[in-house]
Amino acid sequence: MPKDFEAKTTGIGAPMKRREDIRFLTGRGVYTDDIKLAGQTYAVIVRSQVAHGRIKAIRTEAAAAMEGVLAIFTGEDFKDVGGNPAGWLIKSRNGEPMREPKRPVLAHGKVRHVGDAYAAVIAETYEQGRAAAQQLADDTDIEELPAIIDMKAAAADATNRVHDEIPDNLCYDWGWIEDNRAAVEEVFARAPHVTTLELVNNRLIPNAMEPRASIGEYFPGTGDYKLTTTSQNPHLTRLLVAAFVLGIPENKLTVVAPDVGGGFGSKIYHYGEEALVLAAAKRLGRPVRWTAERSESFLSDAHGRDHVTKIELACEKDGTFLAFRTETFANVGAYLSNFATVTPTFLHGTLMAGPYKVPHVYVNVKTVFTNTAPVDAYRGAGRPEATFSLERVVDQMCRELGLDAFEVRRKNFLTPDMFPYTTPVGLVYDTGNYQATLDKVIEMADVAGFESRRAASAAKGLLRGLGLSTWIEACGIAPSHLVGILGARVGLYDAATVRVNATGNISIMVGAHSHGQGHETVFAQVAADRLGVPESSIEIVHGDTSKIPFGMGSYGSRSLAVCGVAMTKAIDKIIAKGKKIAAHMLEASEADITFEAGKFAVAGTDKAKTFGEIAFSAYVPHNYPLETLEPGLEETAFYDPANFTYPAGAYLCEAEVDPETGKVTIEAFHCADDFGNVMNPMIVEGQVHGGVGQGIGQALLESTTYDETGQLLTGSYMDYAMPRASDVPFYNVDYSCQTPCTHNPLGVKGCGEAGAIGSPPAVVNAVIDALHRGGHTHIKHIDMPVSPQRVWAAING
Amino acid sequence: MKVSLTVNGKPMSGEVEGRTLLSTFLRETLSLTGTHIGCDTSQCGACTVHVDGAQVKSCTVFALDVQGSSVTTIEGMANTDGSLGRIQQAFQDHHGLQCGFCTPGMVMASAALLAVNPTPTEAEVRHHLEGNICRCTGYHNIVKAVMAASDAIPAE
Ligand code: FES
Ligand code: FES
Repeated sequence: MPKDFEAKTTGIGAPMKRREDIRFLTGRGVYTDDIKLAGQTYAVIVRSQVAHGRIKAIRTEAAAAMEGVLAIFTGEDFKDVGGNPAGWLIKSRNGEPMREPKRPVLAHGKVRHVGDAYAAVIAETYEQGRAAAQQLADDTDIEELPAIIDMKAAAADATNRVHDEIPDNLCYDWGWIEDNRAAVEEVFARAPHVTTLELVNNRLIPNAMEPRASIGEYFPGTGDYKLTTTSQNPHLTRLLVAAFVLGIPENKLTVVAPDVGGGFGSKIYHYGEEALVLAAAKRLGRPVRWTAERSESFLSDAHGRDHVTKIELACEKDGTFLAFRTETFANVGAYLSNFATVTPTFLHGTLMAGPYKVPHVYVNVKTVFTNTAPVDAYRGAGRPEATFSLERVVDQMCRELGLDAFEVRRKNFLTPDMFPYTTPVGLVYDTGNYQATLDKVIEMADVAGFESRRAASAAKGLLRGLGLSTWIEACGIAPSHLVGILGARVGLYDAATVRVNATGNISIMVGAHSHGQGHETVFAQVAADRLGVPESSIEIVHGDTSKIPFGMGSYGSRSLAVCGVAMTKAIDKIIAKGKKIAAHMLEASEADITFEAGKFAVAGTDKAKTFGEIAFSAYVPHNYPLETLEPGLEETAFYDPANFTYPAGAYLCEAEVDPETGKVTIEAFHCADDFGNVMNPMIVEGQVHGGVGQGIGQALLESTTYDETGQLLTGSYMDYAMPRASDVPFYNVDYSCQTPCTHNPLGVKGCGEAGAIGSPPAVVNAVIDALHRGGHTHIKHIDMPVSPQRVWAAING
Repeated sequence: MKVSLTVNGKPMSGEVEGRTLLSTFLRETLSLTGTHIGCDTSQCGACTVHVDGAQVKSCTVFALDVQGSSVTTIEGMANTDGSLGRIQQAFQDHHGLQCGFCTPGMVMASAALLAVNPTPTEAEVRHHLEGNICRCTGYHNIVKAVMAASDAIPAE
């Protein structure tokens, strides 16, 4: 970590150790499955074993009569309630709205993917529930239909339909920006050079280590419901369950997301099991709990990525970019998960200019229903797909024209004097310095010494390559006004309440949710810095809709950039009110009161009141301006960002390929990121490590494979290759190039997704570079995961 | 059937069925929920504990099989005064955890490594942790933490 950060021990910029670690390290974290309730019952879900089929009969009698069975639910029980809605309306190129099939709590009429939930058993014990679920599966008749798996075939098939009412299995055919299409075509028609690549962005299974779990409770005395669940955003879940699915009043439902063991997107969404346990708790009058087995997670968590893309780059012979054009097929799976429709469109197409001054871009995305698990946002969400396409095609163009990959990027970068900059795909980048991060990463990676390292590898019979990726993302999600125009059905502000207690300590209730990010530490750090009080006097409360204001949770690298700003705004209100109280107590004019280091003072005098004295006076208002000021010291602020934030960076991967086996080893991985201001460098580094680890997983290991009948062949850790400790190196991380965000007062940009966005193309570029340097110049591209088998086949093919 | 054993130094017993896994017994019967369940194929390591000093995935043994044994879980790793034990402290110092779900298993696996190999190399640490999956940290700070904890072991 850069030296000046090591020096700080407290406040903004200090690598403070995490307070939440104590409970996690001693086994005292409380995750959903750790909660035990009196009278609790167990839900076991019955899932489809076929990818596509018509439910003919579910004979419940035998299962219902089994020992311990309390209730059985099928799709019939939920056919009259609402469906789980799509959070974003996308319009097709022809102006038509997307096709939006109902997503029921339990499948009704048809099952649409292996793992599709169509019934549930509630029993006294888990084992009894399992036995009855097995019986129920045996007693179900499903007429199997041909599975629709391949996206392009699905879109071309007019008869076989995932949803009977959707003729070509197409959700939408989106063009961005459609009005620019003709102009882009013209540029391509006269371009001196065009590079084309066909790429697969492999489907990934998020695999947060804590499986999804939900507990439903119903309190007949008041008619209140409570849902404890593995969620990244409890308020959104409450809204969806209450208003859209079950039709219960929002104020009769509390949603609690306690300690949550990772999310990466997969726990943003509302899932049917959450509505099920609530409905079952009401019917039984007892708590109903459900915890996914890992094999259920593989089958039913929202997956990520899964794009097939053709990208073209038009340029001058000297490598000056003229235009990008893409055609992408995006797999949405069997149903629309909550943010499935925006991920391949506005989180992807709007990033298709990268950090470059390319004048023309056109993006076409056809999003297709298939008989596979729903696909939604996974760490990075659309932006990794955009970055992968861009950075791969740029590298390929350099190879075709014999140009230097570093120089071509430099030549095409936006320069610092060009901000704010409106891209041809509709975003306004506020600030950045892409040259700086590129220079930095070159220095970090000792690019000058590469040739000797390559020679040393060659002496061992190994091929060494260097892969560059320069990335940008839009995060701090999101300006509500803008996303509303683009089709969002929610606002994406956030909120915080700062409650100064009578004794002077502080509770801060935040809408952001921490499931690994360390908010309890960092938010306290930021607040302490602003208030001039010790961190230890501040408690951060999150994850419980009965305690926190209506915030929108954590995803899209938004926690500090949106909720953190809401918190600072609430703190500013506290300080403003404190000044009024101090002015009264010190018999001075409010304009003369200063606030610094936790003290309200009359400027130019030694008259002052401590923060604690002001707080006490607010709650014991004996000497207090009651006629003009309310007692108490508590403020809430909502903050809706004016723009996205635009972190960017340059990543360099050095990889070694064994031509005998095809095995790729990451020898070094360097990241130079611009996250704007950094609040806790230790946590920022950890976020980059985790993101790069996942990106290397995508690039080298992780493959989600459905066979042609729709069976998931990679449904366990024996078949789905998760990155393990020996698959990855130490990462070399730097964030000293900082262009602070211009439109939020913290100057922060967000760092949670960067690693997963920037790293896959760097890895693949390194592998291709190694192969070319080794003389295997016929290899243009290898799809991810770049497995030994694929590398070997490419070499020998 | 009754199983009696020592858990974190204290005698404990409980009723189990023949098929009850040690992980289930710890979590459900003894309410020691620090031991986590991350998979159903014995691959993730979140459930790692020590049985008579040896590293064991508690989802791979039946509770009855550890009759009379001494089991240590994450709840037993702190110092007697309640402060973090050496390995736990190294994990906090080096940010070796994010969501905390894999953490109990990582700490238990690391402790087992350091007990037999007090000065492992980076490669040995990575190799030893092959059976423990972390999705959050990219392993960087976990490996750093284990190396740091190993350096801290005084030569005896
Ligand atoms: S729960 Fe035991 S190895 Fe995963
Ligand atoms: S810290 Fe979350 S899985 Fe390891």
